[in-house]
Order: sequence, then structure tokens, then C-alpha cells
Amino acid sequence: MFDKILIANRGEIACRVIKTAQKMGLKTVAVYSDADRNALHVTMADEAINIGPPPANQSYIVIDKIMDAIAQSGAQAVHPGYGFLSENPKFAEALDAAGVAFVGPPKRAIEQMGDKITSKKIAQEAGVSTVPGYMGLIEDADEAVKISNKVGYPVMIKASAGGGGKGMRIAWTDQEAREGFQSSKNEAANSFGDDRIFIEKFVTQPRHIEIQVLCDTHGNAIYLNERECSIQRRNQKVVEEAPSPFLDEDTRRAMGEQSCALAKAVGYASAGTVEFIVDGNKNFYFLEMNTRLQVEHPVTELITGVDLVEQMIRIANGEPLSITQSDVQRTGWAIENRLYAEDPYRDFLPSIGRLTRYRPPAEIAAGPMVEAGTWVMNAGAPAHAGTAAIRNDTGVFEGGEISMYYDPMIAKLCTWGPTREAAIEAMRTALDSFEVEGIGHNLPFVSAVMDHPKFVSGDMTTAFIAEEYPDGFAGVTLQDHDLRRIAAATAAMHRVAEIRRARISGRIDNHERKVGTDWVVTLQKTRYDVGVDADRDGATVRFSDGVEMRVSGDWTPGNQLANMMVDGTALVLKVGKITQGFRIRSRGADLKVNVRTPRQAELAELMIEKVPPDTSKMLLCPMPGLIVKVDVAVGDEVQDGQALCTVEAMKMENILRAERRGIISKINAEAGQSLAVDDIIMEFE
Amino acid sequence: MKDIMQELESRRQAARMGGGERRIATQHTKGKLSARERIDLLLDEGSFEEFDMFVAHRCTDFDMEHQRPAGDGVVTGWGTINGRMIYVYSQDFTVLGGSVSATHAQKICKIMDMAMQNGAPVLGLNDSGGARIQEGVDALAGYAEIFQRNVLASGVVPQISVIMGPCAGGAVYSPAMTDFIFMVKDSSYMFVTGPDVVKTVTNEVVTAEELGGASTHTKKSSVADGAFENDVEALAEVRRLVDFLPANNREKPPVRPFFDDPARVEHSLDTLIPENPNTPYDMKELILKIADEGDFYEIQEDFAKNIITGFMRLEGQTVGVVANQPMVLAGCLDIDSSRKAARFVRFCDAFEIPLLTLVDVPGFLPGTSQEYGGVIKHGAKLLFAYGEATVPKVTVITRKAYGGAYDVMSSKHLRGDMNYAWPTAEIAVMGAKGATEILYRSELGDADKIAARTAEYEDRFANPFVAAERGFIDEVIQPKSTRRRVARAFASLRGKKLKNPWKKHDNIPL
Repeated sequence: MFDKILIANRGEIACRVIKTAQKMGLKTVAVYSDADRNALHVTMADEAINIGPPPANQSYIVIDKIMDAIAQSGAQAVHPGYGFLSENPKFAEALDAAGVAFVGPPKRAIEQMGDKITSKKIAQEAGVSTVPGYMGLIEDADEAVKISNKVGYPVMIKASAGGGGKGMRIAWTDQEAREGFQSSKNEAANSFGDDRIFIEKFVTQPRHIEIQVLCDTHGNAIYLNERECSIQRRNQKVVEEAPSPFLDEDTRRAMGEQSCALAKAVGYASAGTVEFIVDGNKNFYFLEMNTRLQVEHPVTELITGVDLVEQMIRIANGEPLSITQSDVQRTGWAIENRLYAEDPYRDFLPSIGRLTRYRPPAEIAAGPMVEAGTWVMNAGAPAHAGTAAIRNDTGVFEGGEISMYYDPMIAKLCTWGPTREAAIEAMRTALDSFEVEGIGHNLPFVSAVMDHPKFVSGDMTTAFIAEEYPDGFAGVTLQDHDLRRIAAATAAMHRVAEIRRARISGRIDNHERKVGTDWVVTLQKTRYDVGVDADRDGATVRFSDGVEMRVSGDWTPGNQLANMMVDGTALVLKVGKITQGFRIRSRGADLKVNVRTPRQAELAELMIEKVPPDTSKMLLCPMPGLIVKVDVAVGDEVQDGQALCTVEAMKMENILRAERRGIISKINAEAGQSLAVDDIIMEFE
Repeated sequence: MKDIMQELESRRQAARMGGGERRIATQHTKGKLSARERIDLLLDEGSFEEFDMFVAHRCTDFDMEHQRPAGDGVVTGWGTINGRMIYVYSQDFTVLGGSVSATHAQKICKIMDMAMQNGAPVLGLNDSGGARIQEGVDALAGYAEIFQRNVLASGVVPQISVIMGPCAGGAVYSPAMTDFIFMVKDSSYMFVTGPDVVKTVTNEVVTAEELGGASTHTKKSSVADGAFENDVEALAEVRRLVDFLPANNREKPPVRPFFDDPARVEHSLDTLIPENPNTPYDMKELILKIADEGDFYEIQEDFAKNIITGFMRLEGQTVGVVANQPMVLAGCLDIDSSRKAARFVRFCDAFEIPLLTLVDVPGFLPGTSQEYGGVIKHGAKLLFAYGEATVPKVTVITRKAYGGAYDVMSSKHLRGDMNYAWPTAEIAVMGAKGATEILYRSELGDADKIAARTAEYEDRFANPFVAAERGFIDEVIQPKSTRRRVARAFASLRGKKLKNPWKKHDNIPL
């Protein structure tokens, strides 16, 4: 076995690989760009080597720089993680030439699976179910229409080199096929420099389900069940789970066996993933094979107890697989939520900056990973086999920086439970306990998904986000039951805070303030009149309609996280300060909760609700930045889409454009001025 | 006996109704509360003791003898905020427009005299149409009586004004001499002369809101120390402020039970200072991470944002914070920020509130507008304020402390008690680039040489150790342990006794 491994990656995946490598007793070498000087993976590794400027194309994906780092460190193996060089055959070749082990499949497998048309051909030959379609290259629009008719509408027109939704069109008619072909071709030529196009059947009610395979260099291939990744936003996976709530045993076996057949057909040897699209009738079709470790691999580890990174390293070392297909277990359920530095309230705009607060929930070990004894845990975390588990794969830390140069994913929060319901419930609480401040992030959004009836029932397709949140995400509206629980908790908390206030020094003896028991809680425009009877262990909160809730918890004034028990079940609240109450974040909702005495509430009701200024006729600064240029002047008539000004943020120039026709009535900013988010740049008539 | 009791009750009832239901309803439609409702919100429930409920004016001109409402347009008395005594007056706009008469003023003077004698803060809730014109010079005399008391009470008991309606003409000068002025957004304004007079005299057309609304006074004029959304929020926040303040200048600030470990380590502070010395960072993050429970009461948040002033608690005890804000104008000192911080430092010193100063200052803002505006004298105010302050003074230099601004920001030389620096501190006469350009003027043509000289200068002076070698810095501390170090420093200074030489008063460069 080699004894030193270099991880040619950054962020959470580099940290993830380092953990397993260290557990196996290997020395670890990290590489880092200038922007990652203080990154977590650099701290965790035994040694770290700088490989250049922040942009990945000048550091992480420059093969020569990685090769230099290997030579400098004397590493005998390289784990590429995902992305960057993980599926670059030239990198595998360079390592081979240097006599360094590549912790991944052979170069030929990467090449064959890397091209959509070639991979589909090989899959078909290996007996893998593929989407009906035309595999050859299509010359012109007429041919495209002819083929579309043969395949049968609806059809998907795709760029061969495509990915991420680029160069992809759906056509339901001849006319659409003709147009779609032309635009796909243009887009493909522009984006990938490769305008080859193919056409296939468009699958309805599609679900994204993929099979994890492990193959060794001795011809053994096994599958480790499936993962479902149907919850995607613009082809970016957000929520994944294993197993899929949709598959039956026969379908799973058929998909698994076909995946192994494909892997064998290309001489695969490592961990790999075969992606399928599955329609409403459980017909499955091969999409592509990813010849690397997937982002969402932890959910497979959590239900099988297999450390995929360890297996990859052993395979790269030439060891035969130590487990057979019949050893593969499928115990319980695991869910992964990807935490992105993307602001859901601003159309998921990437958010960068300093993590002023980053406190993930404590990891808890449970399920197959514990029995397999392979899960590297935070020191001191208790292991409760059988109950719920929490695992957080992360590459960031409190006080760290989210930079503009890399993927905005900052953590993968996974939970495991004996059942899907248990895993989801554990995830809800874990998300509520996850504190992230300083940047915009999608925690509220994934919290909302965890409570969405369609997700809860398992009835989802890849169109879930587009269909359920067509206008974006505006926060969660809670129902009476949840509001009451929060009202009960905050009433009890507020009373504690008020009693503390009344215990200040300098009081007039015998004339202390008496803190009352009656409170009025207002949240989400709903009013609850409650009585709070406090005792040693907590409080009983009586609602005016007779409902009673028992409240207890660990909260003390100033605490930003409250772990409460309300009415017998856990309620985790993120607690902020506002006048007469709290800002409460829980279950994807962001609430202003006022707690007042009845007299305060009576007078507060007399206050006039102030209507926020109408911003539809204003251009607001979407991010903190510097005004580089103002393109218009007062009195100008501007057209929809016309450039109004340029804002520079983190060295990126963002052109702000008019959203409709209008006349500029006022300009508040000039070139050279620094603005904050939502500062008014200009106004329209 | 029973009749007399009934009469008392009915007289009280009438007095409590102020200007009557209709006028109170009008007040409500404007989103404003009545004078007594405001007192209900300001004080602990049931703690208000009223004085002079039956006081009525003595004016007989302009038929005023037929209009003598009980209380005369102002409610006065004392009560408690979290059990601590304060005196309060609340002008009643529903009674003769809250106008100030001789007797109205007498009522206010009475509680101010008691506050001085008994050592408790005075809170004024202002909502008045101004001097009662029917009374003429009597009303003006009344104002002046209040002014005189504001002056004498200054530095003896805290005085807080909340502007909750109109406050114009001579009326503005009483709040102007109190320690803090707060305003209610959209329903209050303050000016010496109103829009009509402005139009007549200068031909300027301006609305009352533009001329003297909350936004004007918190952002432009700095007359007000803060503004709140409505009456309810304003009064709740004033209660919060009072919890930070001592009752008078003979007592220590109050102490509150706290639920935050004074030794709390904040690892994230080790990465607060960006690698590039010209990249800004948010000083408020440091303040919030030092403070008990992340609780900070900011004063003048919207004015001269290049300096931050406000109150926090450490181990439950009040501390006044002054901090340069690198996010705005690189945190430099200028006319506005010097004035803002100087007044805050003097308030803290007057009321025995210890001072924490967080320094990242590249110097004074250059330019004609600053020099013509008298930055020399305004900057000197802050220097003076720190120099005369005898309260415990703890300073932490996080990054830049350049030139004269280093001296000003509570340096060791101005009797700083504990002067700490982070390892990232650069205590020098100026930035390395500027310094080398002066020291090596003859080499300016040679970029390589200058770069080498700059590096050499940085090596020598862009650190805290030169100052530490001289004892100007007591200790170089780890950023992550700032809260613990600062809390222990103040703990060690609880017994501090320092007196300035006797004088009638000093002559701060006003």
C-alpha cells in the first residue's frame, strides 16, 4: 500500500477524502490556491502545497501544477475528488506516466463514458436500457424533424458535448423540432465549440435515480443500491436520498445488474455512478455514467456502511473487493441536503463573504456506518446505533470566507433514520439547528422542501422545484399548529428575559418590578393571548381558547439557538433580537415574533402599519459593490433590457439592466461610489 | 367624606382624559399615543406616581380664563424602569396642543429639581406646539427656567429626550442640552424655524419632514441619536437604554445578571483582519463578539459611520464602546466622527461608564473641506475628551494606528489603562508607502528600490512590537481571546481612582 496520498481538490470533498485517508494511516497532501490559503482542507492535511492564483483554470485544473505538487511531496497516489480533474483522461494519463496511482477508473473508461454519444452506444451494446432516439449525428433541420417523428413526440434535442442544461431543447411539434435543432446547434457551438446534436425521446414524469457501483481491477463489480436525486434546481441537485422511495426490488436489481454490466464493458475499476432517468411507469433509461465519486455519495455510505473513499483507495492499490453483492446491505434511509451559499430570497443569487457564524448541528453516529466502524466522527459525539444519525460534510469554518471563485456549496448535511419519515424528521431538526450567518444561503429553502407534502409522500419528479416554486422562494407560511408552538415557546422565553431585566442592580427596595404572567404573542399577523405559569422545569402555557402546552428548554437570554421541548416534541429555534420579542427562524420561516403585555399589545395595535416604499420604480443595488459606470442620465427614456449602470463586486462587473420601459427621474449614485445591498441607485417616473 | 372622595375621583377622571376622547382619537389616527399611554409604555406597569395633576394656568388674556384644563398640557411624575427610579414628563398634545405655559414649565422644573436632589434620570417625552402664545413672555420665561435646569443637571443625572411630535422654535433647546435625543419616524420633527418662515426668509421650499424629520436629524444634522419606527418601539428602546445608565454621577452603572461566559473564545476573530491591509472588514462583528450576549446599543448609528459609538455589557456591567469602522471611509477620523465620538466619550466619563476603544484608524481625512471646516479643532475635541476622561480605559488596536490618530484613539499616552494590540496591528507614524516616499524621495524614480524600501519599512514598523517594546502597548493579544482579555482588564480596573486638577471647568475646543 502506498503511504502518501495527494488530494487534487478543495472544499468539503478534500476534507472528506483526508478523513478516510488519515483513518487508513496514510499521509495526506493538500493543494490550495491563493484564495484557499486558510481553508479547512489545508489545515486538516499533513502537508499543503500552493498551486497558484485563485481561478481554478490557473490552479486546481492545471495538470502541470498538480504534477509538480506530487513531485514535491512525493505522494504515490492522487484522489481527484469530484469536478476539477476527476474526469480528465489527460490527468489520468499524466499520473500513469509518472507512475503515480490514480484513485479513479482507468483512462479508457473515463474517455468512453465522457462522450454522451459513445457512452450511449456502449451502454446499448452492454444491454443497458437506453432512451429511444437517434444516435448518429444529424445534418440539418429537415433530418431533425424526420427523426423526431420516428422517435415520437415529445423529443429532446441535445448537444453531444452538453451539460448543465445548455444546448438542450424540448420539442412537441415539427415546428419546435426545427427551431430547437437550430438553437441547440448554435448554443452548443458557442458554449462547447462542438455543435454535434442528437435527438431522443423526452421522458414524462421523469425521476433522476442513479446506481452506485464499485469495481476492482480483478473483474469484480457490485452495485450499492440507488440514490434518488430528483429534487434539482436548473439541473443542480439539491436534495438526494437513498434508497429511492419509488423503486421496487425488481427494478432496483435490473438497474443494478445493468450498471455492473456497463462498468464491466468498459473495464471499470473504482467507484462510479450510472445515472438513469425513470418514468412514471418505472421504465428506466440510461443517461450517463459518472466516472468519479459523486457529491451525494454519503447517503449510500449511510445505508450500506461502506466507506466509498476507502474502497476507491484500496481498489487503486490493486486490492480485490472485500465485499460481494450479497454483503451489500440497505438499512434504513438517508437524506442529504446541499447547503449552498445562494440566497433563496434573491432568486438563488450566489452570495459571497465572511461566515460570521457557522455552527453545524453536532454529528451523531447511528446506523450501518457505526456498525461498519468506519465513520470518522467529531471527537466526543455519542454513538446511538438504531436512532437517527447526523453527518455534515463541510469544507468551511466560522470566520472563513466564501469566495467567488469556486462552487457555492458549503456543506452537505445528511441524516439517517431507520425509516424515511425518521430521516426526514431528523433532517428538519438538524436544519433548524444549523447556524449560518454572514452570507445568504438556502437553508430556509431546503427546510421548506423537507416539509413539502409532495416530498414527504415521495411523489416527486425532476420538475419538482420548477413546478412547486415557479416564482421562486418567498419563505414559508406556517400553519396554526406550528405558530402556536412557537408562540408558546417565545412567551416562556420572553418571560425569562423580562425577569432577568427586572433583576438589574439599583432597584428601589420593596418596589421592584413584578413581571406578569399574561402575554400577547403576535407572529405572522396572528395573535395569541397566553398565560405563562413558570415552574422549576419550564412553564405551562395556556392559550385563551383552552389549549395548553408544556414548554421547557435550554434557552437563556442572549442565546442564539433554543433547543426547546414544546408539547412533548422538540422545537429548535434560531433566536434573534428585536424590540419586544424575537426574530425566530425555524422550519424555513423567518418570523418577527412580538411578545407584549396585554397593555403593550393594546397600544401596539394603535400603531399604523407602515407600507414599505414601492421599489418597483427603483433600481436597487443587488449586492454590496462599487458603482463603476452610470450609463444613463435623468430624463432618459430607457428600453427593457437597456444597461443602466455597472456595479463591481469582488472584481466582477455586473451590468444592471432596465426591467421595463421607463424614464429616469432621479439618479442617486455616481461612478466611484460604494453601495450596500438595496441602496437605491436610480428611480423611474 | 364620601362626596369629597367622589369629587377627587371625578376630578382625577377628568384630568386623565386630557383633551378628551375626540382629540385622543385624532392623535391615534396619526399613529401617535396620548401622553398617559406613553407613560404606560415607558414605565413598569403600575409604577407611575403623578404630580401636579390639577395644576392649571393663570393666564387671563385672550379668553384663556375659560379654558383651564387640569394638568395644563403636561403629565409629570416618577416611576420605575425595571425597578429603578426615573422622573418623567410627557407633553399632552391633546391639551392646548401641548403648548408650554408658565405653569406647564413649572411642572417640568419641579420634577427636574427632584431628580437632581434625589439622583435619578429625567426623561422628557416631547409633543408640543411650542410656546403658548397667549402667555407671551411668561411662556418664554418658562422655557428658560427649564433650560437653566438642563444645564445644571447635565453631568449630574442622565437626561433623555424623546421627540414624539412637533418640537419647534425655542422648544428645541431643552432637548438639545440633554444627553440623548430620540425621534419617532414620520411623526416627529424638530427645527428652530419652520418651513413657512424658511420660505419667507430664504425662498427655500422644504417640507417639515425634510427640514427636521427623523431622517434629517439622524443622518445629516446629528441632532438626534436614534430614530424608531413608532411610539411603542421608541419607548421600549428607551427602556433598554436606561438599563445601561447609572442613576446619577455619584453611582456606578447598573449591573445585570448575565448568561455569557466572560472567557468565551471566538476563533473566528483570528481571521477577521483580511490579508490585504486595504480590504475593509466590519468592526461591528468584533463589537458583537466581545459584548455579553452579542448585545450592543448603538448611539448615532446613521451619522458619521466611520466611527461606531454605543453601549455594551461585560460581565453584566455597562461599557461604552468607541470603534473605528474600516467599512466607511477606511475608518478615518474627520470632523463628524471626531465630534460624534467626543460627545460620547464625555458622556461616559461624566457618568463613570468605562470606555473600550477599538482602533483601526489610517489617520485624519485630508482635504480642503475638512480644513475649512475646522478639523483641527473638531479632532481636538476627541483628543481632549479622551485626555480628560478618568474612567477605566481599555484599548485594542486591531490593525492600523497611524500618526496623530493613533495618539487620539485612547492611546497609552492619554492615560490609557490597558492598551492591547492584535498581532495584526500596525502602529506607525503613517502607512509604509507614504513613509518611504518621504524618507527616500531621491529614489522615487526607481520603482524597484522604492518597493524594497517599502518592504523594509513594513518589516520594521508595520507591527505592534515596536510600540510593545516601549511599553506603549501593554500586551499583544490573540484576537480570539479578546473578550476574555478585555473583560479581565475592566475587572482589574473596578477600583480605579483618578482625579484631574481642580478647575472651574475646562475649556474644551468647542
